[in-house]
Amino acid sequence: MNLHELTIQKALKLLKEKEISSTDLTRAVLDRIDAVEERVGAYITIAGETAMEQAMLADRAISTGNISPLTGIPLAIKDLICTEGLRTTCASRILENFVPPYDAFVIKKLKKAGAVIVGKANMDEFAMGSSTENSSIKITRNPWDLNRIPGGSSGGSAAAVAADMCLGSLGSDTGGSIRQPASLCGIVGMKPTYGRVSRFGLVAFASSLDQIGPMTKDVTDCAVLMNVISGFDPKDSTSVPEDVSDYTSFLKNGLSEITVGIPKEYNAAEGLNPEVADAVKDAVRVMEDLGAKCIEVSLPHTEYAVAAYYVIAPSEASSNLARYDGVKYGFRDKEKKSLIEMYRSTRSNGFGPEVQRRIILGTYCLSAGYYDAYYRKASRVRTLIMQDFDNAFKKCDVILSPTTPTTAFRIGEKKDDPLAMYLSDIFTLSANLAGIPGMSIPCGFSSAGLPIGLQIMGKHFDEGMLLKVAYNFEQATNFHKQKASI
Amino acid sequence: MKITRDEIVHVADLARLELDEKFINKFAGQIGDILEYVDTLGRIDTKGVVPTSHAISLINAFREDVLEKHLDRDLALANAPEKEDGNFIVPKVIG
Repeated sequence: MNLHELTIQKALKLLKEKEISSTDLTRAVLDRIDAVEERVGAYITIAGETAMEQAMLADRAISTGNISPLTGIPLAIKDLICTEGLRTTCASRILENFVPPYDAFVIKKLKKAGAVIVGKANMDEFAMGSSTENSSIKITRNPWDLNRIPGGSSGGSAAAVAADMCLGSLGSDTGGSIRQPASLCGIVGMKPTYGRVSRFGLVAFASSLDQIGPMTKDVTDCAVLMNVISGFDPKDSTSVPEDVSDYTSFLKNGLSEITVGIPKEYNAAEGLNPEVADAVKDAVRVMEDLGAKCIEVSLPHTEYAVAAYYVIAPSEASSNLARYDGVKYGFRDKEKKSLIEMYRSTRSNGFGPEVQRRIILGTYCLSAGYYDAYYRKASRVRTLIMQDFDNAFKKCDVILSPTTPTTAFRIGEKKDDPLAMYLSDIFTLSANLAGIPGMSIPCGFSSAGLPIGLQIMGKHFDEGMLLKVAYNFEQATNFHKQKASI
Repeated sequence: MKITRDEIVHVADLARLELDEKFINKFAGQIGDILEYVDTLGRIDTKGVVPTSHAISLINAFREDVLEKHLDRDLALANAPEKEDGNFIVPKVIG
């Protein structure tokens, strides 16, 4: 048995039965990282020493019968979630040496639940990107084909799970940044409802869209992590004081009461690869065989989602990233003698090209004379996109679609064409605009052997329904059991 | 062109960025393409549609007005590029 290949659920069982120890498990994961990191490049920081200390504490807890929901489980964390005492870079030069003085809400929850943090995962700088090529630290490669991107922005978190370099991970999703890399790396990823998981300690990109979520080897693990990270946090003013269900209670067989909606506009989406379209059609057939009722629904404003998103997200980002001024933390150009020159030089040397491009785009959209034409217009279209979902969910419980229009593209293929890169988010970013939960699960492979993902979207706070549908599909298929051979 | 290089320079200045020549031209082209694409929004009639800033709106997240533990001063300053006597140091602001 290769311990690093275990799912969270199986490892928990073996730990509880004292068949394995967390030190053995954590050592196995660190050895695996040693063996493949040079090829995959999933991590920015590997926290081997503290991970082994946490593992020893976990073993002590287990020996005294003091077991919490994640005791002894080695996890990776996207490098924009603050970890006390452990460098958090956002894959940016401007935060290259930033060591957070506190833990994010979700990290506090993970630690309380007994998890072991093995390292901080690579990403697109400030989560801006769909390929992890915008990291200023390193390139991450897709474990299924090392010449291809792992997706992004949570590309390191996805690759680490797919290559068994952790048992599960946390990512963040502003326009698809959990679901898209999960899809391209053949794993499970969930973006919860906006407000379900606290953003306290998550470095802000676009505050009305950002959400932290789990990336795992299967649906059960996704539910286990959701149980730990969800819940109200008074320190996040957008955290919603709604009760959190036990998400594992939704992992039951039977879809006979469930209506699945297929948006007709998604089939017509430009650039949808036929192999991806076919895999999703097959997935719908599996759902029907499992007893679900499948109907066509309409989301008429789908074609405007990318345009609305690429006004709203950069606008919010340009405001959020104003804080990186070389004063309180992060990089500063110390050569410059006047305050304004110091700001300019610090920011221009600290941020990479995509981040600067989005700050300029966002500043432009918010600037005098353009605000109404861009930001306000996009915010009105956002309302229409939300209404589309409200109307569709009157007729169905979940909506199915491809997660991404294509399988993983080649490194460098879209690097210099930001618009082409943005268009690859077509199926995912509506969920962020509408604040609804969405997840991606493996639903097939292309003829080249690359993973294809199925997206499941649901009503606000209906993560349980998503997990139920995903679980039933997973029980009926074997896609999640296939491993990248690396 | 949708956005001129002068506009790029102006907006970069507002955002406290300084771009070299290469980036000014590159960004003018790329951001121009994006804005042209964004113009498709103009096709939708949004008269009377209320703008959404947050998908899930909470009205006023209040808490009790009680003193809480906050970050220790030394910790808050730990990442400062320059500091002195418990303060952040910035370049001279008034000449």
